[in-house]
Amino acid sequence: MNGEELTEQETALYDRQIRVWGADAQRRLSKSHILVYGMKGTVAEFCKNIVLAGVGSVTLVDDREVTEEALSANFLILPDENLYHGKTLAEVCCDSLKEFNPMVHVSVEKGDISTFGVEFFGKFDAVVISCCSLAKKKLINQKRQKLPKRVAFYMVDCRGCCGEIFVDLKDYKYSKKKLEETVECQLEFPSFEDTISVPWKALPKRVSKLYFAMRVIEQFEDAEGRNPGETSIADLPGVLKLRKELCETNSVNESQIPDALLERLLIGTSEYPPVCAIIGGILGQEVIKAISGKGDPLKNFFFFDAMDGKGLIEDISEPKPVS
Amino acid sequence: MSSEEQLSAIKGAKVLMVGAGGIGCELLKTLALSGFQDIHIIDMDTIEVSNLNRQFLFRQSHVGQSKAKVARDAVLRFRPNISITPYHANVKESGFNVDFYKEFDVVLNGLDNLDARRHVNRLCLAADVPLVESGTTGFLGQVTVHLKGKTECYECQPKPAPKTYPVCTITSTPSKFVHCIVWAKDLLFAKLFGDKNLENDLNVRSSDATNLSEHSEDVFECRKGKDIEQYGRRIYDHVFGHNIEVALSNEETWKNRNRPRPIYSKDVFPDKLTKENGKTEKGSATDDVSAMASLGLKNPQDIWSLAENSRVFYESLRLFFLKRQKEIGNLTFDKDDQLAVEFVTAAANIRASSFGIPLHSLFEAKGIAGNIVHAVATTNAIIAGLIVIEAIKVLKKDSNSYRMTYCLEHPSKKLLLMPVEPYEPNKSCYVCSEALSELPSPVISGTVLTIEDLQQEFSCRINIKHREEFDEEREPDGMLLSGWVEAPVDKNNNKSIGNGESTSSALSMEEIQEGEKDVEIQETSESAENVTGKKRKLSEVSKGTIPDHSGLPDESSRNQNQLEKLDVDDEDDELIISNDWESLTKKKRL
Repeated sequence: MNGEELTEQETALYDRQIRVWGADAQRRLSKSHILVYGMKGTVAEFCKNIVLAGVGSVTLVDDREVTEEALSANFLILPDENLYHGKTLAEVCCDSLKEFNPMVHVSVEKGDISTFGVEFFGKFDAVVISCCSLAKKKLINQKRQKLPKRVAFYMVDCRGCCGEIFVDLKDYKYSKKKLEETVECQLEFPSFEDTISVPWKALPKRVSKLYFAMRVIEQFEDAEGRNPGETSIADLPGVLKLRKELCETNSVNESQIPDALLERLLIGTSEYPPVCAIIGGILGQEVIKAISGKGDPLKNFFFFDAMDGKGLIEDISEPKPVS
Repeated sequence: MSSEEQLSAIKGAKVLMVGAGGIGCELLKTLALSGFQDIHIIDMDTIEVSNLNRQFLFRQSHVGQSKAKVARDAVLRFRPNISITPYHANVKESGFNVDFYKEFDVVLNGLDNLDARRHVNRLCLAADVPLVESGTTGFLGQVTVHLKGKTECYECQPKPAPKTYPVCTITSTPSKFVHCIVWAKDLLFAKLFGDKNLENDLNVRSSDATNLSEHSEDVFECRKGKDIEQYGRRIYDHVFGHNIEVALSNEETWKNRNRPRPIYSKDVFPDKLTKENGKTEKGSATDDVSAMASLGLKNPQDIWSLAENSRVFYESLRLFFLKRQKEIGNLTFDKDDQLAVEFVTAAANIRASSFGIPLHSLFEAKGIAGNIVHAVATTNAIIAGLIVIEAIKVLKKDSNSYRMTYCLEHPSKKLLLMPVEPYEPNKSCYVCSEALSELPSPVISGTVLTIEDLQQEFSCRINIKHREEFDEEREPDGMLLSGWVEAPVDKNNNKSIGNGESTSSALSMEEIQEGEKDVEIQETSESAENVTGKKRKLSEVSKGTIPDHSGLPDESSRNQNQLEKLDVDDEDDELIISNDWESLTKKKRL
């Protein structure tokens, strides 16, 4: 979109953030292409953040209609039926996002993302998905695994007071500042499927309970053929039963996944705006870091629970073999 | 969190937001989405281009308009049925008084300066309204909760004061680039373009207090009709050449320091400048008068050579005189004034070159000179979410769950967002604690204490004078208060305080405010003759016991407040105050 130098307009607009991550990072951002699937409140926040940051383009995918629920946590949707009638969620959000930064190309891609080919994903530098079933998560992650080019992969979900981000950057080389020097680093990220296959028993005892709880709910929805987020308190017995099974299979104690937590996740299917802002902010920062190749990335899960206010990072990966 | 309780607490809440900038925009949006229906927002600023990278409620077309108003309009678009009341005003205005604050269930700050934060903190304490404070810089941020009596107030922990530099470092022995910037901005720029009547240390030598000869003052005089280039060279040679030579002449200064080298224009530009500066008259009458543009220097991130910096120096000087003659004598440095930034960058770089300090780009120099805070949207969004979570806890009076939350750039023990329980109030906090057990700075002869009583909008300055002796009979308490007068109207009111009732009805506000006058306190002792001359009846000063060591009114009122009116010499400064002595010292009570 631009030549090598930032334009005068960009320098003026991005002054304050260039002072944070540098002109070089800003240039890389302006050439990047982001794919976003599932336009809920958290993702709306995320999109706002990266559009303001000045990425090259954002492509939105979500063919669902605008509903009351969508209006409740998504500030990109104006409550004027004339404006959103006949349009998909992606289209409505696209219109609003364009306003935040005319220099960013925002567009909509229609269709079922599960059917998009591998080459489609190759057009992007980062892919962010939300509102996906377990099957879809695996599928998209796999497709992008097949690409020769490195495409950053992010998965995000918020349920009530809780939020989760998953990051997969494959083999990632980046730089960071250590004291006065710049240091080159490298990290290997496990795929989504590999990550969730890590036996629970192999994980450190103090791993966030939210990780396990989200996996239980995820598998429950999958087993019951539900759309993501389509649960209620009535499902608690079923969920508790599944928890029992999973814990037995994994040889872990059921107390690792408290009833109360599962209840909250079942009830809180709608998003909580403050949590959307927080998760959308963290995710935005991660994508910006990955595009610019600067700064330690989050590896590989981030959890937030408004109940205790902690935002923590968990590294869920195969334990390294003891030599 | 029971959602029914929560929803109703939110719906009925009246919230005050102070600041509609980086945090403010994110906060207003999140509050609206979370179900808040009555939000008031104060911000005195107007929108600038550099805001648009994160203050997403604003558009290019809004530049110049009120932040509070535009933010309100933008949020009403997606939440048309809530009430948002904007105030395009300074939060320090007297209209935002204690009664104003009392109307709110919680106050949320999104400010960018210490002064305003302190002000709001004190008013929240006076009104007994919970305050949620916050701040962000780059990737860092924090949210803190303040409830009077339950947690620390914002000022319980000392806040770092803005950095200042010794005058001689700036005028004579800079060692860092920032010293050069301060010199270029506060001395040279001010001398050339600012108010000529103001004192200026540009020509002050560090070795002795005398200024350089009058000859130097003439250098800065720009005679009409004179060739600007000549003037430019003269200034250049004076500040970068002559002044450095003079400084070098003092051997002492340079014993343990690297000697600077004087730079003269003839060394950098032997020929006439206009040839080198090329297209000088091009692009006349453009809005953006810029030396960089005129010289074809495109990239603000480039570090210019000494020669390029010197060209920018001359060209910006020339452009000021050519295009902005009228402003000269009235200018103060403004980081958004491109020409001023160019001049200061160039001047600072030439000085840096002289002292062997690394040169910086205009981009970097502007940041230092303008105290620019680096900022991104994501941190503000995260902090806004955390603020709303705390605000809701406050509304539900869920005090066990209040947290101070820190947003880190690098995780600490896996935590990127770290909640910490709030601390109890600092008992020696001079803002929120009951008793003033420790004064903020050493109190010595000549100290002036300024006391504010926000609740009744009184203020008073107390000059402390040390005295060696006091008369044991007449001044048993070892202290003497002089300089205040009883209220003229209510003559019958002989009663002193104690009941805590304000007698301010006897006084007009103007009287009090115009008298930010001084009360004198003499502590310890002095010869008796001096005392009698004052006609002070010390027994009337205080009936209560005043601790020997302090003799300050704050201390005395802690013990007992039976103070009566004093007879005062006519010649003394008159401070009209009420007989309610307690009100004078109410600052600490709040």
